[in-house]
Amino acid sequence: MHIDTGDTCWVLISAALVLFMTPGLAFFYGGMVRSKHVLGMLAQNFAVIAVVSIVWLLIAYTVAFGHQNSLIGDLHFAGFAHPREPVPGLNLTVPPLAFAAFQMMFAVITAALLTGAGADRMRFGGFLVFAALWALIVYAPLAHWVFSPTGWLAHQGLLDFAGGTVVEINAGASALALVLVLGNRRGWPQEAMAPHSLPLTLLGAGILWFGWFGFNAGSALASGDLSAQALIGTHLAGCGGLLGWILFEKKVTGHATTLGAASGAVAGLVAITPAAGFVNSLGAVVIGFLGGVAGLYAVRLKFRLRYDDSLDVVAVHGIGGVVGTLAVGIFATRTVNPVGRGLIDGGGVTLLGKQALGVVVAATFAFTATWLVAQAVQRTIGLRVTPDVELQGLDMAIHAETAYEHGGFGATTRNA
Amino acid sequence: MRLVTAIIKPFTLDLVRGALNQTGVHGMTVTEVSGFGRQKGHTEIYRGAEYDVSFSPKLRIEIVVDDADAEAVVHTIATAARTGSIGDGKIWVTRIEALLRVRTGERDGDAV
Repeated sequence: MHIDTGDTCWVLISAALVLFMTPGLAFFYGGMVRSKHVLGMLAQNFAVIAVVSIVWLLIAYTVAFGHQNSLIGDLHFAGFAHPREPVPGLNLTVPPLAFAAFQMMFAVITAALLTGAGADRMRFGGFLVFAALWALIVYAPLAHWVFSPTGWLAHQGLLDFAGGTVVEINAGASALALVLVLGNRRGWPQEAMAPHSLPLTLLGAGILWFGWFGFNAGSALASGDLSAQALIGTHLAGCGGLLGWILFEKKVTGHATTLGAASGAVAGLVAITPAAGFVNSLGAVVIGFLGGVAGLYAVRLKFRLRYDDSLDVVAVHGIGGVVGTLAVGIFATRTVNPVGRGLIDGGGVTLLGKQALGVVVAATFAFTATWLVAQAVQRTIGLRVTPDVELQGLDMAIHAETAYEHGGFGATTRNA
Repeated sequence: MRLVTAIIKPFTLDLVRGALNQTGVHGMTVTEVSGFGRQKGHTEIYRGAEYDVSFSPKLRIEIVVDDADAEAVVHTIATAARTGSIGDGKIWVTRIEALLRVRTGERDGDAV
C-alpha cells in the first residue's frame, strides 16, 4: 500500500485534535454542574480517556474494524495485532495505526458524552466499568456497521461522514437509556440546579469547536479538497448553530444567553458531523442553523416528559444527530462528494430513506443495548451513588477533594 | 450607644463608605448576606429553563455610634445607598448595653 505523508500527517494531527475534545467536553459539562460535583464530572471524563483507549486497543477496535462480516469484526486486530495490515475494504494512504488511533479518540469522546446524562449521580468506578463495557458492546458494533466498508448499514447506502449515527445519535439514545436506569437527580426538577461556572462551559465549547476540525475534516482520512470542504463546513455549521439557538432563545425567553451560544455552537457542530463531507458550505450553514434551533426546542422536552437528561445529551447530540443525518439526504451534492446525491441534487428521496433507516437502527440499537449494559452494571457493582453522596457532592464524597478552596475558617492540619 | 445595621445593594458600598468617612465614622463591619424583601429575588435562564432565585446578594453594614450620632449616620447611609429602584435595602438602629475595645480595655462611650 502507498503511504502519503501529507495524508498521514493530517490524520495524526486530527487524532490529537479529537483527543483534546474530551477534556474540552469535561469543561463544557463541568461548568454546567453545581460546584460540589464539578470534580466528579472532570474525573469521569478524564479517566474515561484511559479506560476506553485500552479497551479499544485490546478488543473494541477489532470488533469495529476486524475482518469480513457485516455484523461484527473478528479478533484479527485484537491488541493491535498486525499493525501494518490495512482494514479490509479501506483503501487508505495512511498507516493503519494512524487510522486506529484516530478512531480510538472517537470511541473515547462518545463514551465521555454519556457523563452529561448521568451528571451528579454516578459512581466513579461504576461509570468506568460501564464505559468499558459500553465501548465494546454498543459503540464498536455500531462503528462496524457504519464506518467499516464491510458493515451492513454502510452496505445499505447510509452516508455518515464523521459519526452522526455512530457518535451523535448513539450518544443521544444511550443517554436516554442511561437516565432511565439511573433515575432523576434528587430534587429534580423542582430544585434549581443552575450551572456553577459558565466561563468554564464556554472554554469547553471553544475546545470542542477547535477539536471538531479534526473530528470532521480528519474523517476525510486524507488531506485535500474533501478535508478542506469538511473543515469549512464544520466551522460554518458551528456559526449557524450558535446564531440559530440565540435568535430563537431571544424570541422565546427574551434573552440571548452565554449558555445558549455555547449550546447552539455545539448543536450546529453535531448536526454537520454526518454531513461535513457531502454538503457544500451554504448547505452546512443551514444544517448548523437547524441543529441549533432544534436543540433549543428539544431541551424543553425533558421537563415535559420528566426524564433528567441533566446536561441535555439527548437534545443536543441525539436530536442534532438526527437533524444532520437526515439533512444528508436533502443537501448532499455530487459537486462535493460523488457518492452522495440528495434531494436538492435531483436524487429524489432515495438517499433520505437510507438515512432515515440509519437513524432508526442506530437509535434503537443504542437505546436497547445501553439499557442492558447499564442495568447489568447497576445490578452488580452499582452505577448510582447513595443519597448522602449525592447530597454532599461527588467531589468530597468520592474523591475527597474540593474544586474551589477559598480558605475561610478552620485550620487545615496535615495528617502525617 | 447604638448599633446601626444597614442592608444595602453590594455596588453601593463604596459610596456609603465614602459618605460615612465624611461624617467622621471611624469603622464598620461588612458582611456578605443573602435575602429577600419586596424585591423577591430574581429570575435566571439556563437553556430556556427559568429559575427563580429567591435570595438576592446584599451587604450588611454594622456600625457602633454614640446615641447622638445615630440619626445622622442613618441619614448618610440612606442617602448614599439609595438608587430609587426596588431592593435598595433597610436600616435599623438598636440599643447597645455594653461595649469594650479589646486592645485598650476602654469601655462604653470611650470605646466607640
